[in-house]
Amino acid sequence: MLTYTIRRLLLSIPTLIFIAFVIFMLLELAPGDPMSQMPLTIPPEVKEKMRLALGLGEPWWVRFPLWLKQFFIVEPQYWIDSAFGTNFADGAQRIISFQSRSPVFDTIAERIPQTLWVVGMSYVVGVAIALPIGIISAYKQYSVFDQAGTFVSMIGFSVPPFFSGVLVIVIFSVNLGWLPSIYDTTHEVVDWDTFKFQMQQMIMPVMVLALQTTAQVSRYMRASMLDNLGQDYVRTARAKGMTESVVVMRHVLRNSMIPVVTVIALGIPSIFGGAIITEQVFKVNGLGQLLIIALQGSDIPMVMTITFLLAVLIVLMNLIADILYGVLDPRIRYD
Amino acid sequence: MTDLSMPSDTPEPVEKTHNQWWDVWDQFRSHKGAMAGLIFLAFITLFCAIGPWLWDVDPGKLDIRNKDVRPIYVAIWDGEAKTSWARPMGTDHLGRDIMSNIMQGGRISLAVGWTAMILAILIGTFVGVISGYFKRLDWALMRFTDLVLSLPILPLLLVMMLLFRDPLRAAFGPETGIFILIVAGIGITSWMQTARIVRGDVMALKEREFVLAARSIGTPPRRMITRHILPNVLSPIMVSATLGLATAIITESALSFLGLGFPSDFPTWGKILFDSVDRMTAFPERVLWPGLAISLTVLAVNYIGDGLRDALDPRIRGL
Amino acid sequence: MKLKTALMGAVATALLAPMALADAHEGERGRDGEVKIIYWQAVSIMNPFLSGGTKDIEAASLVLEPLARYDETGMMVPYLATEIPTVGNGGVSADLTSITWSINPDVLWSDGSAVTARDVQFTYEYCTAEGGGCAQGAKFSNVESVEIVDDKTVTVNFTGPAPNPYQAFVGHESPILQAAQFADCLGPRAPECTDANFMPIGTGPFVVTDFRVNDVVQFEANENYRDPNKPAFASVTFKGGGDATAAGRSVMETGEFDYAWNMQLAPDVIASMAEGGMGVPVSAFGTLVERIEMNLTDPSASQPEGVRSTVAAPHPFLSDARVREALSISIDRDLLVEVGYGQAGRATCNLVPAPALYASENTACLTQDMDRANALLDEAGFMMGGDGVRVNADGVRLSVLYQTSTNAVRQDFQALIKEWWEAIGVETELRNIDAGVFFGGDPGSPDTFQRFYADVEMYANNFPGTDPQAYLGAYLCENIPSPDTQWQGENINRFCDPAYDALWAELAATADLAERGRIGIMLNDMMTKESNVIVPLVDRGRVSAHSTTLGGVILNTWDSELWNVADWYRTGDNR
Repeated sequence: MLTYTIRRLLLSIPTLIFIAFVIFMLLELAPGDPMSQMPLTIPPEVKEKMRLALGLGEPWWVRFPLWLKQFFIVEPQYWIDSAFGTNFADGAQRIISFQSRSPVFDTIAERIPQTLWVVGMSYVVGVAIALPIGIISAYKQYSVFDQAGTFVSMIGFSVPPFFSGVLVIVIFSVNLGWLPSIYDTTHEVVDWDTFKFQMQQMIMPVMVLALQTTAQVSRYMRASMLDNLGQDYVRTARAKGMTESVVVMRHVLRNSMIPVVTVIALGIPSIFGGAIITEQVFKVNGLGQLLIIALQGSDIPMVMTITFLLAVLIVLMNLIADILYGVLDPRIRYD
Repeated sequence: MTDLSMPSDTPEPVEKTHNQWWDVWDQFRSHKGAMAGLIFLAFITLFCAIGPWLWDVDPGKLDIRNKDVRPIYVAIWDGEAKTSWARPMGTDHLGRDIMSNIMQGGRISLAVGWTAMILAILIGTFVGVISGYFKRLDWALMRFTDLVLSLPILPLLLVMMLLFRDPLRAAFGPETGIFILIVAGIGITSWMQTARIVRGDVMALKEREFVLAARSIGTPPRRMITRHILPNVLSPIMVSATLGLATAIITESALSFLGLGFPSDFPTWGKILFDSVDRMTAFPERVLWPGLAISLTVLAVNYIGDGLRDALDPRIRGL
Repeated sequence: MKLKTALMGAVATALLAPMALADAHEGERGRDGEVKIIYWQAVSIMNPFLSGGTKDIEAASLVLEPLARYDETGMMVPYLATEIPTVGNGGVSADLTSITWSINPDVLWSDGSAVTARDVQFTYEYCTAEGGGCAQGAKFSNVESVEIVDDKTVTVNFTGPAPNPYQAFVGHESPILQAAQFADCLGPRAPECTDANFMPIGTGPFVVTDFRVNDVVQFEANENYRDPNKPAFASVTFKGGGDATAAGRSVMETGEFDYAWNMQLAPDVIASMAEGGMGVPVSAFGTLVERIEMNLTDPSASQPEGVRSTVAAPHPFLSDARVREALSISIDRDLLVEVGYGQAGRATCNLVPAPALYASENTACLTQDMDRANALLDEAGFMMGGDGVRVNADGVRLSVLYQTSTNAVRQDFQALIKEWWEAIGVETELRNIDAGVFFGGDPGSPDTFQRFYADVEMYANNFPGTDPQAYLGAYLCENIPSPDTQWQGENINRFCDPAYDALWAELAATADLAERGRIGIMLNDMMTKESNVIVPLVDRGRVSAHSTTLGGVILNTWDSELWNVADWYRTGDNR
């Protein structure tokens, strides 16, 4: 297993460089221009000068290695410099966003708190609710709990967030006035009152997002548990006199986890780039919103950096999932 | 003392040849949820497919004088609401009839939803099974999956539109051309999760004893996959199919929000829902009907999937 | 007893009277706490010279100020300058080649230092530096030099006579930067000055305390602002993101915010939000006109690349003025306004609807006339075919591809116009394109509005300030986009008329205002009334919403909407 892990990690590096190249070429090919956000009153010659100032005058085989160098060499130098007070970077140019002319990584770092607070928390909540629902639904198949769970999770999944988000805002913010409809990213939690406010402004987006996650994870959990509950070894375990909880939680659950682990692992990168619509509806202004604004404004350095970070997460999460398969089911062999 | 009787000369009645699929149907029928789902799905498909011939109001026809008509049931609790039997579900802010829009929208949404979902399931299952079964291809296929997962959807769809919209439009006409483009776009961006899940299950299944036994009697890989592996990974595929249908319908509405979907004179359930969110408090029925249509369709497919899985599982059938 | 009561009453009234007269206009700086503004496009940078985006420029207008700007009636008012220089008061030279500004001696930068002529000169150097990519470069295109006369006096010299010398340093798009802060930021070094770009030092009523890219900006009152009793608010939170509906909701339905910018929503949606009583929509008209542009060249895919949509291939039927007129008068503009804009729109036939000096008497297109449209098409030789589409003797069908950007109101317009056109026998296919692609200048994309691979397209445009010369100059023959110019160019209709070019050259050389107005009207009529190459639909006003507890808001379409934020105050008892 260890050699497998090391081999996978080493092979990830050329994979990621290749993925970065494909993303870069895709962005090159895609229509869209950073000047589209500028008013039409700016004459074309001025727009052309602006494009050149952004560095778009260079051909792609100059810009891509430049980005690679900035991402892998210059940026880490800056981090080491700011952490240890050294001066490796020596004024080299960092990756600069077209829209804000400021370093991309600074902006990403600004967004991490609200992304983790809202989207990350909703993911944790969603998974935490989904697992018991899936297990109980499978154990008591076709009971009232199962039917209700199925109904709620299917409705929750098929109702898009641009609707459910607005619906909860209309109910809880406009009509009842209990909760704020716009997320305050500058809010700092220092005492109980501020914590209460943070919870108040978080609860709607977290619930809307968690509903999507819960629906998916609980369905896969239930289906997988149903497959395993009918197996012979379950009958054997019961015949041996084991309690139901041991049978279900220790034997069946572990064997049912494989599809669930896949879905959970694949969902983690989506925390950082997937909740685009919900973030926009609640003005959470996390990484998803940053990505969509950058895409619409054709801010290539920002899009490139964020999608590459997501690619790194995806490759990493898939590796972790594969390792977990081996842990959950020792019969699975990679070597 | 028992008399050892001779075997009688009357021939035993020969059992009728039993079709396995009738058993499956019987088992399916006993699943109440699945039957309800099947009936609803048949109803909504007929409603959308045949409805426009029976209710021949043009969904695109504007009628400003009769805009904002409420559905007829509103008259039950609000006597002065503007309602009309000619427009049972009401009209929108430009006077278009909502019922014919739901029918027409249903045609497109269901067509896009089913086709994109089937495409995604086919690709995902194929990649997942091949990758899980043949270790040599696993690494390359999974890295390809990682690549497609990492690609940002918006530029990818923009590039597809750029490259293929005009040739498809010239070859198939505007509506069919964009239909193919959207179905392809949704299909090739949603198969990855299915592939990973199927691969995981296939890898676990491959090590089971019955597979070992089948291999030891010389079963070729092709038959191994179709006869032994595939039927046992049906569960996650069914779940993927259900979730995939909902995702396809909703993704289509997100695409039209970005200008990448059907032109604005082609209604779809997701688009009707999206356009009505702004006026949700004043006209809740405009979000209720498309939302209900999507949710109930997904629910129906989910129950059918449940029923199918139970029906195809010989252990439940009692054999 | 009665006298005592009367006296008591008199005393009480005397005491109450000043309280009644004392309004929230007057008072010390910072008395009203925080004001919250929401723009549904978030601010990316606070430097108007590096970004032309309206949201960035308007956020910057809270901090940076120009020498003069336009008020809500379009009149110029001095801000950093003492008065507006004219030929009459000697500020503008008689031959129109220079203008001299005097800086108000009482104005200080927010760090306490004095505003000098050097700052004005530096701003000119900043925007014209090589490699800087200054978004407002057009404003300095005819400036030859900027000289310092003394500490508070600066002269701008033009390359030739400039009938309109009020482009540089006037308006929210060209404020004065502090030379000391931006000294190291010239040319290609401009993006490196992140601190200066995000927290510029200005003379405005507020200073930036916290800037988060594409998210939120926080300001506090400027201690060195020239009026000691202003601003009434001590701090500003300027949030961005979401969409217009959510922004309107947050002001008019939940009361979380005080001011929401640019409510591009249907009038009934705005009206239903306003019913809550917590906020009011305000609107004002400027020069923004939603129009349909006709393509005078053939965009059909059957044309080879390089010929398609160029002057080499004239349009099969839109080259005929009668067809264009028929398309224009079959549109009921009043209904479009009612559906799309309500009070925030006026039907118009003019490309330049304002200022009044340049507004032509042009109302013929406002009445929908289907009979005349049908007659015109018959006259042009297009007879109604069996399938409801007109076709002429050569087999040319009246089939139109009508494109615009993705926007709910625009899609409604498309639906309405399609019905009218199909009623006169013109087959219409609709297309909507993502705004980022449609308005971008990507030479490789077939969907940009310059490339115009469609028969007609619809969008809105306006011009800054009060002078339409540059705006009307878009339609010169030399500005036609083509493969040779990478499809850049403002003459998207591919209109070419030497008479128009000559008339425009005359405008550029005319100084007398009345004359300029006359020529401007003639140019406007040539593009609209006489040829119908441009089919104006709606004179769109700007709609914004503010809380009922926010006073002092005057919506200004000629400058930044936040131009008088120093004068805002909290009304009523919620002080």
